[in-house]
Amino acid sequence: MSDKPANQSAADQDVVKDDSMLKQKAMMAAHYDRLTEAPAAGHKVCSTFVPGNLNELLMCFDLVNNLPEINAIQNGLRKLSGDYVKEAERLGHSEDVCTYVKSDIGMMAKGNLSPNGKPLPDPDLLLLSYTGCFTFMKWFELLREQYQCETIMLHTPYQADGKITRNMRDYMVKQLKEDVIPKLEKVSGVKFDIDRLREYLAASAKAEENLVWVLESAKRRPSPIDAYFGGIYYIGPIFGAFRGTEDAIDYYDTLREEVQQRIDNGQGPITPEGDLGEEKYRLVVEGPPNYTSFRDFWKMFYDEGAVVVASSYTKVGGVYDFGFRHDPERPLETLADYCMGVYTNLGLPQRVEMLSTYVEDYEADGLLVNSIKSCNSFSAGQLPILRAVEDRTGKPGAFIETDLVDPRYFSPANVKNRLESYFQMIDQKRAGARPAKAAGGAA
Amino acid sequence: MAKCEEIVARCQALFEDLDFQAVRDWKDAAPGRKAIGYMPIYVPREIVHAAGMLPVGILGGGDQIEVIHGDAYYQSYICRIPRSTIELGLSGRLDFLDGMMFPSICDVIRNLSGMWQLMFPEVYVRYFDVPQNYADSVGGVFYANELAALRHDLEELGGMEITDEALRRSIAIYNENRQLVRRLYQLRAEAPWLVPASEAYLLLRAGMVLPVEDHSALLRDYLAAIELEDRPMRDNCRIVLTGVFCEQPPLPLVKSIELSGCYVVDDDFLLVTRWLTDDVPSEGDPIQNLAAAFLHKSMSTAAKYEPDLHEKGQHLVRAVRETGAEGVIFAAPSFCDPALLDRPMLQRVLADAGIPFIAFKYAENSGQMQPIREQAGTFADSIKLWSEA
Ligand code: SF4
Ligand code: SF4
Repeated sequence: MSDKPANQSAADQDVVKDDSMLKQKAMMAAHYDRLTEAPAAGHKVCSTFVPGNLNELLMCFDLVNNLPEINAIQNGLRKLSGDYVKEAERLGHSEDVCTYVKSDIGMMAKGNLSPNGKPLPDPDLLLLSYTGCFTFMKWFELLREQYQCETIMLHTPYQADGKITRNMRDYMVKQLKEDVIPKLEKVSGVKFDIDRLREYLAASAKAEENLVWVLESAKRRPSPIDAYFGGIYYIGPIFGAFRGTEDAIDYYDTLREEVQQRIDNGQGPITPEGDLGEEKYRLVVEGPPNYTSFRDFWKMFYDEGAVVVASSYTKVGGVYDFGFRHDPERPLETLADYCMGVYTNLGLPQRVEMLSTYVEDYEADGLLVNSIKSCNSFSAGQLPILRAVEDRTGKPGAFIETDLVDPRYFSPANVKNRLESYFQMIDQKRAGARPAKAAGGAA
Repeated sequence: MAKCEEIVARCQALFEDLDFQAVRDWKDAAPGRKAIGYMPIYVPREIVHAAGMLPVGILGGGDQIEVIHGDAYYQSYICRIPRSTIELGLSGRLDFLDGMMFPSICDVIRNLSGMWQLMFPEVYVRYFDVPQNYADSVGGVFYANELAALRHDLEELGGMEITDEALRRSIAIYNENRQLVRRLYQLRAEAPWLVPASEAYLLLRAGMVLPVEDHSALLRDYLAAIELEDRPMRDNCRIVLTGVFCEQPPLPLVKSIELSGCYVVDDDFLLVTRWLTDDVPSEGDPIQNLAAAFLHKSMSTAAKYEPDLHEKGQHLVRAVRETGAEGVIFAAPSFCDPALLDRPMLQRVLADAGIPFIAFKYAENSGQMQPIREQAGTFADSIKLWSEA
């Protein structure tokens, strides 16, 4: 790792790069520079979460958005997170709890270095967008203790019954009006301008349109994209600090053109080793990926000709493929609906419905669950979800277990074995053999 | 009058009965009766009561149940309570429930509500979202509307209106129950040798399955009976037990802590029994009153946001000061993000206040008590040494 520039991630290494990838890389680098230079430039920094990320609103107050989850991913990809997690455990955190939190805490303890090698500034503000994950509250309480800065709670009610009620939306809008916006004004010293928000929201919607087009391109055969391993790159700008920016619009325009090109050429997805050859298996994946061995993990799929055609993880920072777009006509309501609509804020029956729809609409061979040790928000309930999707679609499923950023929970041999038996099962099913049950031992 | 021993034996029998015969009997006693289950940490039982239904605390299978199906529903790194609760459901032990409520305590219970919807479609399921914003005009309005929605659902389920009058009556009945629980806690803080933690726990546990009126009677009987008991005071240290608000510690664990020389003078067992810290007004708009009580007079715990950085963890310091405790024992269920992530913050607050503590993890079915006994025993000894020094 030491021979790589600090801002080049392991996942990027040797990857055949399209213009969109280069553009995203430049955007990310510029963003980290902006963050690390914020104090000198007189900019205020706000930390917040990917699900329920109110980037457009933060932009209205000239706040620079720092996303600790993205930092944890970067640290996972750069193989730093293992040490950070251990450091947090040394500081008294339990081995049982979410490793994103521990990666962040360990990173702080070890100098809080950004991928550009410079220390991240202390946030001026924590926007605790409490969306789809209970651990978020503990995480930011821990950061608040460290930074002693203004902390805003924005509570997103859960879609337990599969719908957003008027009470839920009103509650969120009131929080925005009476609590969040006044505090953002206070910390930033900038007066709120709703027209500015509308502008950014309109920009978001444009980018979202193209993102959905790209994700839905996977309905084709062969799919021109991988909607999980590749999808993670595609969601980067919109889930991160770029939603609502011109940069994001440009990025998704470029990406769309590239994907169109691949379709025109009849090409499959790009992989770190070039184009995927024959598309043998089409999968829907539920759950986050493993980042500490991202390349090896991905290789286990593309070596077998397996393409992920749809995934829930690419919906964790916003679900756009069922029609939602940020709507400048209803600026605060749309932010509320956005938060309430992110994948981890959906009820389990909704998740089953969504995943089954993916299996059917994307003509997938079945659902693969990557269960993450860290993440109760995703993981609790994945076994019954898997069974329900199998029942609903008649397609076999499989279950593997890894972790996001803790390398101790990535067992390559185990994962590979399970994937191989899953692929065999799909083959048998195709050959008309009796359908077998899930490959996952736990199922 | 019943003796302490008899009262506790009755509670123990209720605790051990995972077929919930007491609830089944209650339902059978009159046609059309309905029972609504709820999980930790808090639901407004008053509304269920006012609907003429029995609220029933569902707290997993403890150490008495063999989990056969539940493990197929949960990965090994998820705590025990949801899997043993699923086990109770799948084995038909909860087939008397007409509804089930899942409070917003953590992602596991939240997702369990969805599993219940998928697995038991014939049962009324309600995920009970509570506000993390405590302004009356914001979180208060949201919560009052949620309470009204619950009231409406239960009216439909029960086929009868829930009047304000009925709600006010239920509030008064639960106020009395909370007063009795507070008295029990107060008595235990004053004279912990009279009220062992295991007894206090069993008394509260009985309130999970008994109608509130019967439970209040039981508490009254116990409080009267205890006066007549001759229980010797030991040279134990006094500790606050925290972290046990969801997955239940096995009873032998609670007993082990005491046997090792620690009197438990406060704890976060079964918070629903004491969640509201003061009487709820039984005059005026009952829904507004319940909402205001939640916002302004309710307990602190890991699942609840503390808006004031300087208040974080102070509830624990106060518990120690008010009960004259000498230390804190953190016991958390394995894999419990809320309890385990809260712990370092609470520990720093205690350290700043000069309050000693120890910490360990448990599962509801932990069998080996020796390590815990040793750890708690060493803690008790060190506290004694410290106070003598
Ligand atoms: S529990 Fe899951 S969603 Fe929550 S912070 Fe951890 S990884 Fe993210
Ligand atoms: S024990 Fe902890 S993690 Fe498990 S359900 Fe209860 S609060 Fe959630």
